[in-house]
Amino acid sequence: MSGSEPFFAGEGITLRFGGVTALRDVAFSVSKGTVHAMIGPNGAGKTSLFNVITGLYEPDAGAIRFSGKSLTGLPPHAVAQSGIVRTFQNLEIFTNMSVLENVVTGAHLSVKYGPLDFFLRTPRYFREERRLREEARAELSFVGLDADVSLPAAQLPFGSQRMLEIARALAAHPRLLLLDEPAAGLNIRETSALGELIRRIVARGVTVVMVEHDMALVMDISDRVTVLNYGEVLADGTPAEVQRNPAVVAAYLGEEA
Amino acid sequence: MSSNRGKGSAAGLAAFAAIIAAAPFLLPDYYQSVLIVAGLFAILSMGLNLLMGYAGQISLGHAAFYGLSAYASGILTTTFHWPVPAGIAAGVVLSGVTAALIGIPTLKLKGHYLAMGTLGFGVIVYIVFNEAVGLTAGPSGLTGIPRLSAFGKTFSTDREYYFVVWGTAFVLFVLARNLVRSRMGRALRAIHTSESAASVLGIDVARYKAFVFVLSAVYAGIAGALYAHFVTFVSPGSFSFHASIQIVTMVVLGGMASLWGAVAGAVFLTVLPEWLRAIEDYDILVYGAILVLTMRFLPGGLAEGAERARGTLVSAFRRKSPASAAAASGAEGRKP
Repeated sequence: MSGSEPFFAGEGITLRFGGVTALRDVAFSVSKGTVHAMIGPNGAGKTSLFNVITGLYEPDAGAIRFSGKSLTGLPPHAVAQSGIVRTFQNLEIFTNMSVLENVVTGAHLSVKYGPLDFFLRTPRYFREERRLREEARAELSFVGLDADVSLPAAQLPFGSQRMLEIARALAAHPRLLLLDEPAAGLNIRETSALGELIRRIVARGVTVVMVEHDMALVMDISDRVTVLNYGEVLADGTPAEVQRNPAVVAAYLGEEA
Repeated sequence: MSSNRGKGSAAGLAAFAAIIAAAPFLLPDYYQSVLIVAGLFAILSMGLNLLMGYAGQISLGHAAFYGLSAYASGILTTTFHWPVPAGIAAGVVLSGVTAALIGIPTLKLKGHYLAMGTLGFGVIVYIVFNEAVGLTAGPSGLTGIPRLSAFGKTFSTDREYYFVVWGTAFVLFVLARNLVRSRMGRALRAIHTSESAASVLGIDVARYKAFVFVLSAVYAGIAGALYAHFVTFVSPGSFSFHASIQIVTMVVLGGMASLWGAVAGAVFLTVLPEWLRAIEDYDILVYGAILVLTMRFLPGGLAEGAERARGTLVSAFRRKSPASAAAASGAEGRKP
């Protein structure tokens, strides 16, 4: 791999809201098939970075490249088409749908029928809908959600809604999955199941980038960690390297560096 | 499960078709013209419900699309002697193209710009209907519009026209239902709850919003042209802001994101005033009260009310005879 272009990388990413600089000259590099964590104190710019990557925010400067293509300036749906799908820190479940419909909606890009097929209900429409439902059920059982799939999604407990969002993202067949604080609000047992789930996702050939506050989880499953502080990259390295970095310790514990 | 649901909806459609076919023979003749108007409003409500109930975008000027097509087809067939089917086609296209011109810029913005834009647009169109006297005959209205004739047949009786309107409504209902239960329907409902989540799953939010807006305007256009060739007279009053609110009320009362609800709301609010002539002058107050009360007590509208009533009946039935309840439970899980 060395020498060739990284699987997923950003450089010089700068994002300003009026006078506030949310991200300043941020760079990162993610290798294929790894778990890459983005950590940092609240307000460090982690979610802003995800929003820039997925096209929800337009950066003032910088470039993002994924799998040999530039993502800079692409709208969110085009970023998704390139193979990057995310989850949200504050859940964005489709509350007007059932559990199963949420996951089927995740497979939007893989649907192989056109308007004529669904308006006139051709055999292809029925075949595709059957496939979508089967695949959605498979994703739900993959993330360990055994609840009644016809239940309104809003009725699921919080932890299950997190898993539903991951199943919905997986239904889109991403090559790169961005998880925004997947462990937030989960109990210890759920968090350890999440760690195991992320390993299984990587085993499927999906590269995972996650924003996370749970240090035990980050240190346990990450191959590489990028630390953000006040919108800038403070450190980058393996979990062990980052843990020993005095600047990181200072940022987290509030000592004078 | 999906095949079960398919059978359930096929039975629902068959019942709908049977009711449409039987109604004119069961009701007094007077009701045929009322039901024709109800059918036109059902088409309008279905279109607006795709936009409002499913995609969550509000149009406060839908009567303008209704009116544009009514006037266009009326003027082309009367002043310019076009054949009626050509006039109808031109009217529907005009409504759709106008919606695209308004929708594409406003729907790129987040928030209530579509509601504001359509509100303003509705008022402007209403003024044009009144002021462009040379074309529209102004406030006194355009008279002498021919009745619908196609394939060498003139649909001159109310009963014939009833079948034209409700036959069209039925086809448009099936198409809307098929859309709702597809990739596109799911995308619209996703946009309703979270545009961000929809977009990061690959849904082109602006394009889908523009498409459903144009489609709802096309539904309104079809209703408008059919209206013009039924009443044979159009005047601006039928297409005012008041009328737009009337359609919104039908959608909300019937039930957001329910096509059955759209039809029920339209029929209910068309037939009700026939019984309550006394409220004629206060009907905008009544619409306001219906909107508020529905949102407060029955947010899912008549569709939700029917669903609740069915649930109560099923459970009462089950308590009485456990054996037949097992058979009845097969019918559960169907969506109207």
